[in-house]
Amino acid sequence: MRTIATVCTLLLVAKGAVAGEDAVLDIEGETFITKTAAPAHMENVDTIFSGWVFRTDETQALQLDDFDNPAFVFVDQALDQWDTAEGSAGKACSSCHEDVSEFEGLKAKLPRVENGELVTLTNLVNTCVTERMGAEEWSYSGSKMSGMTALIAHQSRGMAMDVKIDGDAAPHWELGKEIYYTRVGQLQMACANCHEDNYGNMIRADHLSQGQINGFPLYRLKNAKINTTHGRFKGCMKNIRATPYKEGSAEFKALELYVASRGNGLSVETPAVRN
Amino acid sequence: MKHAFAIAMVVTAVPVWAGEVTPSSVSFDEYGAVTESLTGVTGDPENGAKVFANRKQGNCLACHVNSDMADAPFHGEVGPSLDGVAGRWEIADLRGIVANSKKTFPGTIMPAFYIDAGYERPLEKFSGKSLLSAQQVEDVVAYLMTLTEE
Ligand code: HEC
Ligand code: HEC
Ligand code: HEC
Repeated sequence: MRTIATVCTLLLVAKGAVAGEDAVLDIEGETFITKTAAPAHMENVDTIFSGWVFRTDETQALQLDDFDNPAFVFVDQALDQWDTAEGSAGKACSSCHEDVSEFEGLKAKLPRVENGELVTLTNLVNTCVTERMGAEEWSYSGSKMSGMTALIAHQSRGMAMDVKIDGDAAPHWELGKEIYYTRVGQLQMACANCHEDNYGNMIRADHLSQGQINGFPLYRLKNAKINTTHGRFKGCMKNIRATPYKEGSAEFKALELYVASRGNGLSVETPAVRN
Repeated sequence: MKHAFAIAMVVTAVPVWAGEVTPSSVSFDEYGAVTESLTGVTGDPENGAKVFANRKQGNCLACHVNSDMADAPFHGEVGPSLDGVAGRWEIADLRGIVANSKKTFPGTIMPAFYIDAGYERPLEKFSGKSLLSAQQVEDVVAYLMTLTEE
């Protein structure tokens, strides 16, 4: 049923109208914050927008109804995984965690610092996988991990992003900010050149957004799967012909914290849909 | 004697004339213009148009509207429209803008198409390489010079 819906929408998506910044994201009666005042730390931007705002009507529509949203196929698979025992301890997630809903609010606060180290949702899951289940680490952006992190982040859907940037988070945040503004690659561009200076403009066929991550992990029509934050960072770096940092690296985690902080105040949308 | 001297002159002059100006030896004036051709070979506007549109070469349409290519889909809007650009700039200015627009527009997002150093973390296969060859730059400039209509 859902697979058929996906194929049909893929054909429609080629290029449609651009709904303006006043479009309203309303899912099952719940209204999401897709536009709000920028957090105080942002010097060059007054208003922040969810990436959803910049997508075509057709792509936007896929996120309005969970039954049309192709990401839920993968979220459902992750629910099966939740009950699947793995590793030497013979345990499943559900052996220890009563319900995945206990992770409500977690995504809105991540990444965060634990004992001086910056941890992402992926790191938290892998700690359970390796240390508590005695299984092989899941690959950072592999399908098991992207599905599970989408399922967990989904529990915070509708809550406002609220990552901490001061105290022990500050050095990581500063590193992320530096990366965000550093021009890299043969095209010599920084994230800011596209996502701060040019959001709202078309770059070829793409309507540039602010590069927010409040919808991640999210489904992309382009590759018909769940895409992770670090996977997206990697793609953007390769497009400007730069050598990406490694998924899960200290640099990408710092960049994730910084980019997340540029979205403080936007609703978590996981799992969002993008082209 | 006089004759031999003239020949020697010509011979030593040949590399300067026929040889390309390398990316590191392009001479920009204080406004970012480049007076001298990078190759000494007149640019071919037809090939220039191809380089302009090709996503793996100039990819200029990614950021610029160009009504002369109205048939090609998806013109970007990061930079200004290039309609009538030949009326706004001299050829030397355009050569400078294509070779390294940062000399004309400090801090611009527009890539420098004829530099081969100073990249941070380039993908290995593009390290030490310019986006376009010297002749491709000349061809694109020749094409831009045909864009006279506003
Ligand atoms: C052997 C028991 C056990 C298993 C199996 C287990 N966990 Fe955990 N998990 C824990 C404990 C204990 C904590 C730490 C709880 C705390 O700090 O409050 C934890 C913490 C977490 C956290 C961080 C929660 C927070 O608020 O910081 C996440 C996310 C998580 N687990 C996901 C999973 C997933 C997904 C699986 C299955 C792949 C799994 N866990 C399997 C015991 C387990
Ligand atoms: C050449 C321009 C360009 C640069 C530079 C660039 N991106 Fe992007 N990025 C895009 C385009 C195009 C898209 C797809 C449309 C959109 O959402 O903007 C995109 C999408 C994204 C998204 C997905 C947003 C969403 O809502 O789905 C994120 C996150 C992102 N970029 C982060 C980054 C980061 C971090 C950097 C720096 C490492 C970066 N980008 C550099 C062009 C760029
Ligand atoms: C990533 C976007 C981008 C790409 C790709 C790009 N440009 Fe530009 N270009 C710009 C911007 C932005 C400006 C305006 C200068 C500034 O930054 O103030 C500009 C300015 C220009 C100008 C001056 C126009 C005027 O009327 O003042 C010319 C000519 C030009 N570009 C030609 C090209 C050509 C030829 C190519 C391809 C070889 C190209 N550009 C590729 C972004 C781009």
